[in-house]
Formats: sequence, C-alpha cells, structure tokens
Amino acid sequence: MSAVLVVAEHDGQTLHTGVARVASCGKAIGADRLDVAVLGEDCGGVAQQAAQIEGVSRVLCLDRSENANPVAAVQAPQLAALAGTGYSHVLGPSTTFGKDLMPRVAALLGVPQVSDIMSVEGERRFKRPIYAGNAVLTVEAPAEHIVVGTARLASWPAAAEGGEADVEQAQTDAELPDHTSWLELKSAESERPDLQSASVVVSGGRALGSSENFSLLYDLADRLGAAVGASRAAVDAGYVSNDMQVGQTGKIIAPELYFAIGISGAIQHLTGIKDAGVIVAINKDPEAPIFEIADIGLVGDLFAIVPEIQAAVEGS
Amino acid sequence: MRKILVTLKRVVDYNVRVRVKPDGSGVAIEGLKMSVNPFDEIALEEALRMRERGEAGEILAVTIGGDECQQQLRTGLAMGADRALLVKREGEVEPLAAAGILLEVIRREEPDIVIMGKQAIDDDCNQTGQMLATLWGRPQATFASEVKLNGDTARVTREVDAGLETLEVRLPAVITTDLRLNEPRYIKLPDIMKARRKPLETLAADELGLTAPPALKALSYEPPAQREKGVVVDDVPALIGMLRERGFLS
Ligand SMILES: Cc1cc2nc3c(=O)[nH]c(=O)nc-3n(C[C@H](O)[C@H](O)[C@H](O)COP(=O)(O)OP(=O)(O)OC[C@H]3O[C@@H](n4cnc5c(N)ncnc54)[C@H](O)[C@@H]3O)c2cc1C
Ligand SMILES: Cc1cc2nc3c(=O)[nH]c(=O)nc-3n(C[C@H](O)[C@H](O)[C@H](O)COP(=O)(O)OP(=O)(O)OC[C@H]3O[C@@H](n4cnc5c(N)ncnc54)[C@H](O)[C@@H]3O)c2cc1C
Repeated sequence: MSAVLVVAEHDGQTLHTGVARVASCGKAIGADRLDVAVLGEDCGGVAQQAAQIEGVSRVLCLDRSENANPVAAVQAPQLAALAGTGYSHVLGPSTTFGKDLMPRVAALLGVPQVSDIMSVEGERRFKRPIYAGNAVLTVEAPAEHIVVGTARLASWPAAAEGGEADVEQAQTDAELPDHTSWLELKSAESERPDLQSASVVVSGGRALGSSENFSLLYDLADRLGAAVGASRAAVDAGYVSNDMQVGQTGKIIAPELYFAIGISGAIQHLTGIKDAGVIVAINKDPEAPIFEIADIGLVGDLFAIVPEIQAAVEGS
Repeated sequence: MRKILVTLKRVVDYNVRVRVKPDGSGVAIEGLKMSVNPFDEIALEEALRMRERGEAGEILAVTIGGDECQQQLRTGLAMGADRALLVKREGEVEPLAAAGILLEVIRREEPDIVIMGKQAIDDDCNQTGQMLATLWGRPQATFASEVKLNGDTARVTREVDAGLETLEVRLPAVITTDLRLNEPRYIKLPDIMKARRKPLETLAADELGLTAPPALKALSYEPPAQREKGVVVDDVPALIGMLRERGFLS
C-alpha cells in the first residue's frame, strides 16, 4: 500500500505545470492515495487547479502567512510533519524549487533522497541519471522508511486534467524558523511560452555574439510559438538571462522540437535536451558534437540560415 | 573575524566522458583525470574573495573520502585555503551521511559560513548542502549567484527557474554555489610550493562515533538510451521540407 504526497510548486496564483508530471510519477509508484500539498498564503485558487489533476485523491492546503513566499527552511518542517501522517512517499519536482526544498524534508525525516527520478521500477526502486546523463543508475530506497524523491520533469508526461479531488485545509504544529527572510524575485518578463513546458524551443549559443543578435531567435520563436533557450556560454556572456540556460546545471527540457543554433553541443548542454523529440542543429562547424545527437543538421552560417528559415516559415 | 568552511569533492574532471562498465557494476573511473568539483572551486573562490575584502578570517577546506582526496585538498590550499581536513571514509558517502559527518566537523570548528557546491558533477544529487543546513538547524541559500555579507547576515541572490531570487539569512548559514557566482583563479606554481607547508589534517570518520543513516542501494548501472543517428541536410528548403513531413510546419 503506498500513499504518495506530492509537493505543489506554484507562484501564488498558478500551479506549476510540473505538478501534473510529478503526479504521473506518483501514479507509476502505484499509489493507492495521491495527495497534493499546497503551501501558501491564501492558496485556494492554486489548490483548485491541483484538484483538477486526474488521479489526485485530495488536495491539502497549508495556508499561513509564513508560506507567502517559498522558503525551504520554512516549508520543510511543515511537509515533514504532514509526511509523518501516513505517507509512504513524498515527491517534488526536480526544479530549483524542489531541489532546494526536498533534501531538507529528507534530512528532517532522516532518510536519503532519490534525485531526478526518470523511471519507477518498483515501489522503492528508481532509475536516475548520473554523470550529466552519461550513466543511468538504478537505486533502491531503504525498506521501512519514507521515500523522498524529486521527479525529473522531462521524463514524465503531464497527468490529464478532469479530476475532482476534494480540497481540505490542513494544519501542522511544526515549529518554523525565522532565520531566513525572503526579499524579492526578479523575473525577466516574457510573453513567450515557458521554457520547461513549451513544445518548441529555439536555443542560441555563444555564436550569437550579442544580446541584439538574439532578436533573430526571438523573431523565429514568435513565429513558431516557441520558447527561447540558451547555452551556458550565451548566459555567461550576458546575451540572455540565467533562467534561459538549458543543460546539466540549467533546465532539463523535453520539447517536441528543439533548435540548437550556434551551440557546439557540450555534454553539459546535451544533458538538458536528450529527451527532446526532434533536435535540429545549425552550426558552421561540421565536426561540432551537436551533430552527433541532432536528428536534422544543417551546416552553415546561422546569420544567413536563420533569416532564411524565418522567411520560409513566414511564407507558409 | 568570520571563519569559513568550504567543502571540496574529488570528482572525475568535467571534460572527461565516463562510461558504464560492461557488467553494469559501476562507472569506470579508474585512471581518469580527477579534479575538484567545479562548483566547489567556485565555493572556495568566494571564500577567498571574502577574506581579501576583509570580511573573513580563516578558511578551512574539508573533504570526505580516501587518501587520494588529499590531492584536491592540496589544490584548495594552493588556491588559498589556510588549512585542510580530510575525513577518511572509504566507499560510498551519500549526501545524508556526508551531511552528518560535516555536522560533526562544524561542531568542532564552529564556522560562521559554510560554502559548498550546489551539486557534485558525478552523482548530480544536489542535496548535501541542504541536508547539512537542516541537520545543523541553520538557514540555507542555495544556487547563489551573489553573496553580500553584512554583520551577522548574508544577502544572497539565487538562480532559480523563474529568474533571480534574493534571500537574507542569519549567520551561521550554508551557502551553495551556482556557476555565475565567480570565476575561480588559476593556481600559480609558487602557490603549489607554499601549499605543501600548510597544515592538512586527517581524521577517521569512524572516530566521530556516528551511526550510519539509512542509505540508497545502488543496484545496477547502464548507459543512457542512445538517440538514433540523424541526417544532415544541404539547405534550408530541405530542412523546412523535413519539418513539414514531421508535422511541425503547416
Ligand atoms: C560544471 C559545468 C556545468 C555546465 N553546465 C552547462 C549547462 O547547464 N548548459 C550549457 O549549455 N553549458 C554548460 N556548461 C558549459 C559547457 O561545457 C559549454 O562550455 C557550453 O555549453 C558552450 O556553449 P556554446 O555551445 O554556446 O559555445 P561554444 O562551445 O563556443 O560553441 C559555439 C558554437 O557555435 C558555432 N558557430 C560559431 N559561429 C557560428 C555561425 N556564424 N553560424 C553557425 N555556427 C556558428 C561554433 O562552430 C561552435 O560550435 C557547463 C560547464 C561546466 C564545467
Ligand atoms: C547509489 C549510490 C552509489 C554510490 N556509489 C559510489 C561508489 O561506487 N563510489 C564512491 O566513491 N561513491 C559512491 N557514491 C557516493 C557518491 O559518490 C557521492 O559522494 C554522494 O552520493 C554525494 O552525492 P553528490 O556528491 O552528488 O552530492 P551533492 O549533494 O550533489 O554535493 C553537493 C556538494 O556537497 C559537497 N560534498 C558532497 N560529498 C562530499 C564529500 N565526500 N567530500 C566533500 N564535499 C562533499 C560538495 O561541496 C558538493 O559540491 C554512491 C552514491 C549513491 C547514491
């Protein structure tokens, strides 16, 4: 019998699209009960969205002012207390939110954490990538302990909508620390689809040369309804903001179509796109490693090719 | 003056591509180039800059592992750490166990700030700093891209999926580094010579009197699924044609 508690990521208004993916991971464990915990201040709206995920049994709201912004040290004691009320598994997303929070929950429960679950092989048996995805490790979590894990979002389809779970208020008497103050979040404003859930992503590398030149990619992305991503080199050079980095230490994504434009294909970048449906690479160097994993490659100067693609898709 | 503890983990160099052993019993790392985990170099660099700005005093570099890890500690000493400590432990040291050991070190050393890498690039767990902060009952600021110290607090900008988040934590605290926090310095030859005279202590993990926490069991290793070999097209019309064929363009 397994009872899975999924920790909801949200921004106070909107449930993160990853929650439905973590729910799929929970279902794969064979959960008899799949509950979602929403921590926030006045989080009824988010809870309603979670209730619509198919397969969810209950949504538990932990409304309190301390939860207004996500602070791991504040959320973890509440989740650990909730986990102790009969759950066999606690799962979060392998996003910066989940990576920050879940090890704290695991440490409070005194158990190891299974990071980046890519498949479920049994109630306590999971596959996870190591060495930037160069190897896949099957691990078993210790018997008779709660399993704490993060789900690698790119490995899991989003559970369908159409559920009608009950939403309940939950309370814990966990003591909350006051040593951490949340000050602000600066997000790059973007009308484009979210990088982690977009079905098409156009990414640029160092070869773009400047933030101005990235407009070539924005134009193409807008035409394709795509999100825009980048290599680490492009982020480090300041062409684009950090939230656009794709790879081992950035975002791991699985769009249906991925354009790697002026990106060499370093292993750390490839880790982030292994699960993409079709990878298109545009690079002037025919020996670039990106061509080893690209489904469709085109050798040439991006500054000539991208406008030509733009013209072609505008004509269609 | 603030005392800083930095962890340095010995990992396969990031330029080396590892392979799974044919019998699936592990990853073949024998004979490969080993380095300090890149995120940990960034952690040490940040500590050094704090000291250079007069914000920190002693810097202690710690690693958990076998004797071979002395090499990474020597690198840390050459970069500028004042002292190094090797906690000797053969075999697997999972994040929770590593955090437990580091907590013991903290009790002895009483640092004001612990700076660690956000993840080790071998196991990619991204857990140890958070677990240590929890066991210690102290705040954490993970994925740091900027750290400003002010009295007994640190203001830390964090690289999160949605952008840049800022937290203020009371010290002592654990900070984990992201790539853009700084660019670690190169080591010069005289520094390597000087590092030889700096103190490197060893301590057997067994002597700490810790009971091993529950751990994951590694069952098997396999290579990742390979993508099928693709095609190289000659020009944009051919590319567009293929994308149409696959239903991406109308
Ligand atoms: C610990 C660690 C973590 C890392 N994490 C990540 C990560 O998460 N994500 C990531 O992306 N990287 C990561 N990296 C960095 C990674 O190793 C590479 O350095 C980086 O991906 C290179 O970016 P790039 O391909 O844009 O640049 P380059 O490697 O410089 O490649 C530029 C490419 O553009 C091509 N080019 C140049 N001009 C043109 C033109 N006019 N038209 C067409 N093509 C052109 C060149 O042939 C070249 O292949 C990490 C590194 C380390 C050490
Ligand atoms: C199933 C499994 C099998 C394993 N098998 C082996 C094996 O065969 N051989 C083996 O040697 N190890 C093995 N390990 C241990 C592994 O190498 C890691 O040490 C451990 O899992 C910590 O993970 P991480 O380094 O990815 O932690 P992360 O949480 O990603 O590390 C974050 C930071 O913590 C610090 N840190 C972590 N560990 C240490 C350390 N030991 N010393 C100093 N600082 C540290 C570093 O600053 C690092 O940047 C295994 C682990 C698991 C889970």
